[in-house]
Amino acid sequence: MLALQILIDGFAISALYALGATGFTLIFGVSGVLNLSHGAIMVAAAVAAWAAASVLHLDIYTGALFGVGVALIVSFATYFAVVKPIQNSSRIPNEEKEIFVLTGTLLWGIMIQELIAYFFTNNAKTVLPIVEGVVDIFGNRTPRNNIFTALVCCLVIGLLWLLVNRTRTGKAVLAASMNPRGVTLLGLELTQIYIVVWGIYGILAGIAGVLLGMFLGVSSYSVGPLTASAFSIVVLGGLGSVSGSLIAAFVVGYLETITAYMISPAYRTIPALLLLVFVMYIRPQGLLGRR
Amino acid sequence: MAGFFTSRLFFISLACVAVAATLPLYVSGYILGLLTVAFYFGVFAMAWDLLFGFAGEVNFGPTFLIGTGAYTAGILNNQYGWSVYICILLGALASVVAGFVLALPALRVRGPYFGLTTLVAVLMLQNFVVVFADLTGGEIGLTIPDVITINAGANYWIALGFMTISAAILYGLSQSPVGLVLQASGQDPVQAGALGFNIVKHKLAAFIVSAFFSGLSGALLVFYFGTASVGTVVDVAVGVNVIVSAVLGGRRTVLGAALGAIFLIVAGEFLRPTGELATFIVSAVALLVVLFFPGGFLGAALSREARS
Repeated sequence: MLALQILIDGFAISALYALGATGFTLIFGVSGVLNLSHGAIMVAAAVAAWAAASVLHLDIYTGALFGVGVALIVSFATYFAVVKPIQNSSRIPNEEKEIFVLTGTLLWGIMIQELIAYFFTNNAKTVLPIVEGVVDIFGNRTPRNNIFTALVCCLVIGLLWLLVNRTRTGKAVLAASMNPRGVTLLGLELTQIYIVVWGIYGILAGIAGVLLGMFLGVSSYSVGPLTASAFSIVVLGGLGSVSGSLIAAFVVGYLETITAYMISPAYRTIPALLLLVFVMYIRPQGLLGRR
Repeated sequence: MAGFFTSRLFFISLACVAVAATLPLYVSGYILGLLTVAFYFGVFAMAWDLLFGFAGEVNFGPTFLIGTGAYTAGILNNQYGWSVYICILLGALASVVAGFVLALPALRVRGPYFGLTTLVAVLMLQNFVVVFADLTGGEIGLTIPDVITINAGANYWIALGFMTISAAILYGLSQSPVGLVLQASGQDPVQAGALGFNIVKHKLAAFIVSAFFSGLSGALLVFYFGTASVGTVVDVAVGVNVIVSAVLGGRRTVLGAALGAIFLIVAGEFLRPTGELATFIVSAVALLVVLFFPGGFLGAALSREARS
């Protein structure tokens, strides 16, 4: 009974983690950028969807689309205003670009967070769920929204897989993650591939953000924890490995749910952190990472 | 090194410290209190710069070292009522031990993986503080019965003296042969190792020195505040401020880090009338500096001097 409840509850949160982390790892795999404004982009999407529904009085579907659109715009802004200038800068030595991108995106994330707090206050906001009500699964009352969240996450990840493996654009992205120089020699513009990747990332982060807003609700305080959880899932799975991130997301999601149910919600994040330290120690490249 | 005592930088720093030392004679206690915090923060940033700027290690967890020192000192004073100075010393030592423990696994991994390991250390410490609330005061904070002194001027001079001595030691270390080896092992570990330098030993030493100053400064700060809380010495946001200070002031300059920290704290205070936009403005300025003057304040000034 309890096991089934953990299985159902854990699945939705894990799928959500997986969706959030996929975009994050995709960006790293292709352009070597760790985007520390990730949490801010997700929260921006959720708050935009909330504002569309409760301030502009749009219907739920338009609101959700509006949220994803905002995430897409913010994602492009991150690339063009922060990441690209640092990557193209001649004054920053190449070996230090990594730390500059980290610092730059971190500051950018704080700026977005503060703007959200300024215009929409720090209060938690819950986006109206698209599907409502509860459904009975073998005696467990489960909100329909949980099932909807899990389904959408799996669907989007499936579509991403098709896009990357079955389309010409996707194959170019995949090739760029393997060997950027090789791709440019084949006559593909690397900048265009980056733009495509940031676009995909924006949509993924946007959907994850809106779903999170419906599932748990967000506030500007969620920015830091969201970035940290995506970062740890991605490192646990192995940087740049999408399948590694998916496994890691489910490991972390279930570990947190089990701890919350069996021990106490206050200790929710601790076992996952311990696991992360342990994995770092015995397998520094993560579960499926390449060195 | 000998050239430093005749360089312009030395005289400017000396003049700044001399002017700063006279401040308690004519400015209000409010400004003194602000600068006292800024000076302790400056030591955090300088200690961080030694690790990042020279050893090339992206440490996302400066507050792990700061928090360990601060909470150890605070708990010893709160639980056993030991004298302030013993508590501060033991806090710094606890921080050194924490730095050693953190460095051992962390030095096995590089780049983002190292960054995450240090970040996780902070989150663990934060969880520890919240879970063992009986000992640490939890989210409300730990009350500390003793203070060094309640005189604003004396507190200010202690902070200024402490920052000046720390700056002299850390800057001296960074310009010494040890600092050069650290810089080399940060930029190209393989080649530095091939030249016969023991990289792990040097990086471990850098960690311990950085931990010692972070912990000492953290312990002094809690005895100034009279309270230790997650929000002031452990939270990731505090660590972010330390990192931003160092990058803003100019990485690899040590002294610039202190400058950046003072700027950050004072600017944050001056922008207080703008309310919630204060953090936004400070972050935006920091981002512009990162994008357009990647060398930071001091880096930009030094390179101009070198050119002319």
